[in-house]
Amino acid sequence: MSTTAANTIERPSALSRFFRGLGLLRESPIGMFGAALVLFWVTMAIIAPILPLLDPLAAIMPFQKIGAVAPDGTTFWLGTDDKGRDILSRVIWGSQRVLVWASLATVVAYFFGMLMGVAAGYLGGWWDEVISFIGNVLLSFPVMILYILIVSYLGASGINIVIAVTFASAPGIMRIVRGLILDLRTRDYIAAAQTRGEPAIRIMLVELLPNARGPLIVDACLRLGYTVVAIATLGFLGLGLPPPDPDWGLMIKEAVPLGSFAGHMMVIPALALSSLILGFNLLADGLREISLRD
Amino acid sequence: MNNQEQPVLDIKDLCISYYTRAGEIPAVVDFSLTVKPGETIGIVGESGCGKSTVAMAIMQHMGSNGGIKSGSIKFKGRDMTQMSDEELRQLRGSEVSMIYQEPFAALNPSLLLREQLMEVPLTHEDINREQAYERAREMLANVKLPDPDRIMNSYPHQLSGGQQQRVVIAMGLLSKPALLLLDEPTTALDVTVEAGIVKLIADISRKYGTSQIYISHNLGLILETCDRVFVMYSGEVVEEGTIDSLFTWPRHPYTHGLFGCIPLPTADKNAAPLKPIRGQLPLPHERPQGCYFGPRCDHFQAGRCDGDKVDIEHVTGSAEDHMVRCLRWQEIDHTKEAPGGEAKEAMELGGPVLEVNQMKKYYEVIDSSMKALISGDRVKYVKANEELNFNAREGETVAIVGESGCGKSTFAKVLMGLEGGTDGEIKHDGKDVSETLVRDRTDKQISSLQMVFQNPSDTLNPSQTIGGQISRVIKKFGVASDKDEVFNMVMKLLDTVKLPRDFYYRRPRQLSGGQKQRIGIARAFAGNPSTVIADEPVSALDVSVAAAVTELLMDIQRENKTTLLFISHDLSVVRYLSDRIVVMYLGHIMERGTTEEIFEPPYHPYTEALLSAVPIADPEVTKREILLEGNLPSVMNPPKGCPFCTRCPRRIGDICDNEMPPERQVTDTHRIKCHIPIEELQKVEPVIHVPAPEERLGKPEVPASTH
Repeated sequence: MSTTAANTIERPSALSRFFRGLGLLRESPIGMFGAALVLFWVTMAIIAPILPLLDPLAAIMPFQKIGAVAPDGTTFWLGTDDKGRDILSRVIWGSQRVLVWASLATVVAYFFGMLMGVAAGYLGGWWDEVISFIGNVLLSFPVMILYILIVSYLGASGINIVIAVTFASAPGIMRIVRGLILDLRTRDYIAAAQTRGEPAIRIMLVELLPNARGPLIVDACLRLGYTVVAIATLGFLGLGLPPPDPDWGLMIKEAVPLGSFAGHMMVIPALALSSLILGFNLLADGLREISLRD
Repeated sequence: MNNQEQPVLDIKDLCISYYTRAGEIPAVVDFSLTVKPGETIGIVGESGCGKSTVAMAIMQHMGSNGGIKSGSIKFKGRDMTQMSDEELRQLRGSEVSMIYQEPFAALNPSLLLREQLMEVPLTHEDINREQAYERAREMLANVKLPDPDRIMNSYPHQLSGGQQQRVVIAMGLLSKPALLLLDEPTTALDVTVEAGIVKLIADISRKYGTSQIYISHNLGLILETCDRVFVMYSGEVVEEGTIDSLFTWPRHPYTHGLFGCIPLPTADKNAAPLKPIRGQLPLPHERPQGCYFGPRCDHFQAGRCDGDKVDIEHVTGSAEDHMVRCLRWQEIDHTKEAPGGEAKEAMELGGPVLEVNQMKKYYEVIDSSMKALISGDRVKYVKANEELNFNAREGETVAIVGESGCGKSTFAKVLMGLEGGTDGEIKHDGKDVSETLVRDRTDKQISSLQMVFQNPSDTLNPSQTIGGQISRVIKKFGVASDKDEVFNMVMKLLDTVKLPRDFYYRRPRQLSGGQKQRIGIARAFAGNPSTVIADEPVSALDVSVAAAVTELLMDIQRENKTTLLFISHDLSVVRYLSDRIVVMYLGHIMERGTTEEIFEPPYHPYTEALLSAVPIADPEVTKREILLEGNLPSVMNPPKGCPFCTRCPRRIGDICDNEMPPERQVTDTHRIKCHIPIEELQKVEPVIHVPAPEERLGKPEVPASTH
């Protein structure tokens, strides 16, 4: 064994590096709190199918208060809504929906935003002019109007929300990426890649983009929060994910006309919503704090 | 105060620590220093040795995680460590001033210099604005800035780097401080500009009686500016003394080692190569027992040097204040050691590999001013390279020397195919590549022409492993494609650049500057290039590391018979390693020839000034002083005649302003572009005079010290 020592060099596993990164977060209490909130909802979303929850769509008993017990012995931990559906199970199932669509929308927006940004930043010239122009046109629309226009034109569905979020977010992502790339492209390692004749596409995707990841991870966390807000807002306006599936925005909307008569119907999904958004924002803050400290 | 000899600054047993994640880190240990009125003290050492920390401690500006653990800093008898914030505020900027490395960062870009300069006397003295203006103006004239009134009403960005640094120095002197701290004040400047600033700094104490502490990594600059010098290593002073005693008879192995790392005029790449200090500076929390330099010292004795902490003691027989921190200083006889490392065989040069003929590179600039619109003369050309002619043979090292803006990097870009040349040809291995961009070159052409970059911090991609980056080159150039074969080649390359094999999976941030530069070299040589361009590969490294990297580069060159194009501004490095030199100024080759020809008359007047500007860390080498006036002209608007005519100390008349000088042939290999006839230039005395070995005081034993 010892004779081959020179060739047995250990590669640190990806998993150990991931946990080391997570360990760094411990230095930011704010970030830890945010991560805990996000992790809570992600866990809820994942284990929703195996939790002993009532059917979120079944009308059981309307207007039950928090902690009410049905004659058959079922406890409504968070009460029921005007149609008699269990709010606890609707909130948990709703977290799954909002997280899936918000993540999907953010990922798609990032995909296009990064491609546009890296092309504009690295290729420059006409690419930059055209891409930046398109971006500026899209950014000049008020975001809400853009959402409403797209969703009401294409119809309310998950995919259309993804499209709307992409249109609204990609230009902003493009700008951030473009700025980062403009800085990174002057580095010597890019010159080294150019002088060994690497194709532009490889330089952009392999040499440049990974080095822009720091600020982008922070931005992605923030943007996930915004997307959750956007989905909830669209739901509230009746343009979100179609009923009867549980949706936090829609749940709030349904509670509004009832006013204080069924306060818990509004407060519980609102709390769920703000805790998730707060989680994303604090996590982003914590990540930024750590990245600045290095 | 009544005593003229009361020290301006008296530091006793100063210990400074930083508190970080890793715990307490002692940055400076037992530091003592006295500065007499009018004296200039040099602190020299490599990065991380604590020299800047000392400066920060004197300013009492330690940052939130640093603190003085023990010891005292007495300024004119008052202990600064006991002062309140208000007292310190009064002291800073009036009695003690500091000048930093980067002048453009020290000046506020959005305020007129007038305001920034006047602020100093207005804050610290009871004075009105007119008087303050007058004082500032006068000081600008004193630091030899032309047209002080114009500069008073300029913004920082309207001045060149050298002018900015003069303004910063003027600002520091405005309050007539008793002590001036200079932290690497010329590192960011060009050599000829640096020479002017160094002269100015040396004049200050004479003129104003200001004491100075000059911090630098460059022994040559210390020699030119200081009276006494402190050599720091890993947080402590290892040797101190007057310039004469310390530079002529260095006693500490580290000091001696440092001199072995700098390309002094006595070094020769074959006969007496540089002798790098092995190993690395220990991290502050990993300092060894006993002597901190122990693990890197050739005279290390187990059981003795790794025992108790070593105290600093007086060098018996040497000057009164020559102190050394070494147990064995009396036993070690540095004179018995060969001046350089092991002699190496000179390389035989092969046939021509690179031929540059009449190469031109112009950049088009559209002038959109009203005047240009009316005259219809909208397109202007920036002549970055004008008629370059030279060639390089197999195994040869050709240096391209010049200050920033001389077009040396533009040439490298054209050669590498990042930009196309405008005219002329560059023949590499017989094929013209000047107009072939890198994407149109064949893999073989690309791999045979590679580059080593300047900045170690971004020569490697931070998100890729070391191994990945080197393997990529091997695969890209088709040297090997089989996975195991590539892996083994990377391992061999790591061996070649003398780095451990487990660096394969490391990432660049886990490496030191010198290690990164080694990887940069490994990457350049991975495709077996016939020519390598090295763009200031060691200028950002510490002296001992730079020496090792330089030697490594030359060893690999020797082994592979590579042609090396060495781009640099530092003539001492260039003299050491190159066979031929090309001197560029404003896009033109002013002089070219073999190294001996460049360093001996006849000189081009610009070469002469460059040679004079190079600081040499040898007190017995004498130099003729030639200071260049003025700034580098803008490439947008170069002089009509000789590019150098605006600053030339040997300008002969209107012909220089109006006509491009001819290229005169001195010998087969030596050409000078100047109006002055060669016979005239031949009469010029050599700039650098190196005494013959037998005339030297040169490092004999310390008289009568051993009993």
